[in-house]
Amino acid sequence: MNVKILFFAGLREALGVGSESLDLPAGIATVGALRDSLAARGEPWSALATTKNLRAAVNQQMVGLDAPVKPGDEVAFFPPVTGG
Amino acid sequence: MSISVQEVDFDAGAEIAALSTGRDDVGAVASFVGLVRADKATEAKVSAGTQSAGAGETAFVAAMTLEHYPGMTEKALEAIVAEARGRWDIFGVRVIHRVGRLLPGDRIVLVAVASSHRHDAFAACEFIMDYLKTRAPFWKKEETPGGGRWVDARESDDHAAGRWNPD
Repeated sequence: MNVKILFFAGLREALGVGSESLDLPAGIATVGALRDSLAARGEPWSALATTKNLRAAVNQQMVGLDAPVKPGDEVAFFPPVTGG
Repeated sequence: MSISVQEVDFDAGAEIAALSTGRDDVGAVASFVGLVRADKATEAKVSAGTQSAGAGETAFVAAMTLEHYPGMTEKALEAIVAEARGRWDIFGVRVIHRVGRLLPGDRIVLVAVASSHRHDAFAACEFIMDYLKTRAPFWKKEETPGGGRWVDARESDDHAAGRWNPD
């Protein structure tokens, strides 16, 4: 089962893509590890590593980068929120 | 439905009135309406990044676009309202947040809370706004004469939300 990954706001613009679906790479078990593996693709993906105070959500719940991720999850990365 | 994420404007007076319609136990309705400000010069000056206005410049916001995370946004707002209900004795709650392109003076957000007494209504309303600012997945992008610019999160908003959980 794939992992669906979403990007929002300035991060979405920097990456030039709002979402993608991929097979969870072997050995990737946390949101932070997934972030690192995506950032390792090089430009523009390093934005995932350089975005200040990057936030993440798994299955639409805000989580820390140490949260577990498994096949079938919806994972989102985004900058700190600025609504209201 | 107590929570709405929508592009269209809202009638704050009608929403507030609806919270006490048909009931005689509501003694207080507290509400907050957030608007798009034209002049964000102070924030622009202190923000980092190439698209920010330089020191001493004034960046007038011509328009603003609100992006959100459909699905998560509604869940996050519902969780915030549920948390408020657990902390205070409140009746109806109405939260409306607009998305899409907005102009200076446009309404962005409404939070209205009905209760028996003012204290719970005031506190719950402020709590919901503070948590919305730091936990609901919305992002603002401003259009200025110098180009588009994503609004930076403010530490003061984190502090405002944090004071509801004193250690």
